[in-house]
Amino acid sequence: MTAPITGKQIGRSLPRLEARAKVSGRAEYTHTMRVPGMLTAKLLRSTVAHGRIKSVDVSEARKVPGVFGVFTGEDVKRVIPDPYYGPAFHDQPILALGKVHYVGEPVAAVLAEDPHIADQAVQLIAAEYEELPAVFDEVEAAANEIVVHDELKPATTFADLKHLKGARNTNCALDFKLRRGDIDKAFASAAQVFEHTFRTQKVLHLAFEPHASIADYRDDGVTVYSASQGPSFVRTEIARLLGWPENKVRIKVPYLGAGYGGKLYIKLEALAVALSMLARRPVKVALTMDEVFYTITKHPSTFRIKSGLDNNGKIVARKCEVWWNGGAYADIGPRVTQKSGFTASGPYDIDNVSVDSYALYTNLPPAGALRGFGIPQLVWAYESHTDMIARALGRDPLDFRRQNLLREGRPQATGTILKDAAIEKVLDTIAGRLNWDAPFDRGSGTIRRGRGLAVGLKAVISPTTSVAIVNVAADASVTVYCGTIDMGQGSDTAIAQIAGEVLNMAAETIRIVPRDTDVTPYDMGTLGSRSLFHMGHAVRLAAEEAKTKIAQLAREVGEPEGSNAPLPELFVKKYGMRAGNIVGTGIYKPDYVPPDPATGLTPNATPFWMTAGSGAEVEIDTETGQLRVTRLINVADCGTPINPKIVETQLSGAALMQLGFTLFEKMHLDGGQVTNASLADYKIPGIHDVPPMENEVVAAVQSNGPYGAKGVGELATFGVSPAIANAIEDAVGVRLTELPLTAEALLRALRAKAGKPLADD
Amino acid sequence: MTTRIIHFNLNGRAESAQVAAHHNLVEMLQGQFALTGARESCGQGLCGCCTVLVDGRPVSGCLYLAVFADGANIVTIEHLGSHGALDPVQDAFVEAGALQCGYCTPGFVLMAKALLAAHPDPTEEQIKDYLSGNLCRCAAYPEIINAVKIAVRKIKAGPTG
Repeated sequence: MTAPITGKQIGRSLPRLEARAKVSGRAEYTHTMRVPGMLTAKLLRSTVAHGRIKSVDVSEARKVPGVFGVFTGEDVKRVIPDPYYGPAFHDQPILALGKVHYVGEPVAAVLAEDPHIADQAVQLIAAEYEELPAVFDEVEAAANEIVVHDELKPATTFADLKHLKGARNTNCALDFKLRRGDIDKAFASAAQVFEHTFRTQKVLHLAFEPHASIADYRDDGVTVYSASQGPSFVRTEIARLLGWPENKVRIKVPYLGAGYGGKLYIKLEALAVALSMLARRPVKVALTMDEVFYTITKHPSTFRIKSGLDNNGKIVARKCEVWWNGGAYADIGPRVTQKSGFTASGPYDIDNVSVDSYALYTNLPPAGALRGFGIPQLVWAYESHTDMIARALGRDPLDFRRQNLLREGRPQATGTILKDAAIEKVLDTIAGRLNWDAPFDRGSGTIRRGRGLAVGLKAVISPTTSVAIVNVAADASVTVYCGTIDMGQGSDTAIAQIAGEVLNMAAETIRIVPRDTDVTPYDMGTLGSRSLFHMGHAVRLAAEEAKTKIAQLAREVGEPEGSNAPLPELFVKKYGMRAGNIVGTGIYKPDYVPPDPATGLTPNATPFWMTAGSGAEVEIDTETGQLRVTRLINVADCGTPINPKIVETQLSGAALMQLGFTLFEKMHLDGGQVTNASLADYKIPGIHDVPPMENEVVAAVQSNGPYGAKGVGELATFGVSPAIANAIEDAVGVRLTELPLTAEALLRALRAKAGKPLADD
Repeated sequence: MTTRIIHFNLNGRAESAQVAAHHNLVEMLQGQFALTGARESCGQGLCGCCTVLVDGRPVSGCLYLAVFADGANIVTIEHLGSHGALDPVQDAFVEAGALQCGYCTPGFVLMAKALLAAHPDPTEEQIKDYLSGNLCRCAAYPEIINAVKIAVRKIKAGPTG
């Protein structure tokens, strides 16, 4: 064991603080937690996609020996009169009320000490529905012929949703508009116009720890143990549902068996609380993996994109229409629609831009944020489109991008000036690694090879707030209190490194307390690669305040300036014994100007831009459509890496996850029913699916970031899908416009191109 | 519900448990011994998060019925290492950064133990083949392969290495 290094903590690749607990199997997760006296809940889920509940007969289930109780939405209303929750809309009932809106929606819950008995009793509940017409496709939903919700109920949180209060006969949970320049005039005068439509499929997070919450309700307060990425929000929402002050609601979060956006905002917490209120005992709701497919997913999307070019190949106009399939409940979809929507025109310098981004309700399992907050869907479309234009013009795709690239100091579509986004460096690094200008072996016969690249841009979600406390004990040991959830991204380690840098202490000696809203202060949520920047600043500020107070203490006890007296001695001098604390606090909220409601324009859309891209080489068997990624290069700008090893792991992990979404992952749906809701039927990347891969962080500094840093968790998802689609066209001359890029899709396209199309199945 | 008492060796101690016919090993370990390192994820024996060594053989604890463990020697992740020192395989996983959320990690560590027991000096292909029954959604696969290679070196170097 080497001694901890004091001094410079930024840039150290030290192992994760919690690594020993994780390799020893001793890290705690909610899904495996037990509370004395607890009951387990099992759920009856809707079998129809849209229907009126005629009856739910629970009498047989109640008779099963060992069943504590069976509860429906009507029972929930007895303890929570207005039982609707959600971050953007209060649209989701704790258990279905009146109607069901998707296959898999929770309708009733059985409580028992033995989960097997609860499971068995669920089978005896008889629910009858009057089926209603359902809508599944996002573009069809936009026509409002079949309406999912009778009336829209926006939460009060977001100003741009207020106008939707009470809206009827619509599936649109947000219509975000951006208007820059004069798009009609620009298209009218364009030398050439290109228009394409791209689609993405429904996939899911599939975090290996399925969702789990345990609620212990007492009359004087409720404690919820939850696998949550955002305990502060959960606390606010549970307090609202109960009509309680927040200090009576305690949310405790141990380590998370990953999240990727799937455990954000509120998921099972309200249900666990309601059941605990009804049972007057602690209740655990822990999903099995098949149920996760009916809980939260990624937005399928349709993106119609149109570009006008002048005679020199400069893009002068771009019109973007994006339809986001949000499923039956809005979750955070409206924010995905807006916060990602405003970057839909891509990392290009275009004077005339029009964006329409629509959040749509459908009768599918709800969709939320998944590692990129909508950006991967957008980059997939605009980087495929950009490549197609280059090819149509006979231009080199790299050269065409370089000509049109958004450069430092130029306004992005919102009007916000691009700053600290090394887009060009990212693109050049990918091209350099691909040896873009050197001859490339394109294969021959039935084995063909190609290469492609893609680059994306994201604005971190804003405005958001983080609060942190740094507590120095009288023995000089340091504890950090912050709400950022370490779900595998290594945030605890990075936060300890930042605190250690300020206080000149080895990061591994600093303790990060487990997340508990009774103890850890407010944080908006662990999402969208925001934590290292926002919480990093809050922790830095808290540590700096502690450092200032340490200097004050030294002066108070008469130490001369620059004295090296050990800190514990200062405490003893002040308090006469080992006693006391020094507490520093830090609050960080960046500046922000909301977009103009009519134009979507703002001089300050975001505190930092995120940019990354990928390059891919592929090999295709033209007889079978089988595709092999022979090289995958992921390059990102994350400012100064706080922990280079963890950064590398984040890039690699994100790229491999996106590789699954690109090549094979897909939730198959039949009448709203997921027909492959298990790991046996829904393939995710395994150890044999890892292609030869290179990851690189470009030299860059985020000038307003903590120690020049910014977030990294999502970055490598941006470019993977379009880079591979672009490589496919480069290899075999066919263009796939819908994910995933399966062998079947590729073979169909190859056969269609050869004039010998395959029959539909 | 019919139950029976089974006897087995668990992490080096003689133990017994009362189990029903449908109880799987994970339920028994979590419910009766508070051992949560083997944990259910997919529930189908596909992800490897529930890996337990039974008589030295890795099994999926979510499918393996507890009654089958009667008379067996059971080793869980909690048994590796001793007195605060990690097993060389665990140590290698820490060093290689071969984990993110950590939920699947115990399964990978135990499978790597089984691999190195059968093949003390595995090739990269052997590592991949042996670990292909374990899945990591965070996709720390490159680091996991590296961790196994580091573990081989650590084991060769002996306890002081």
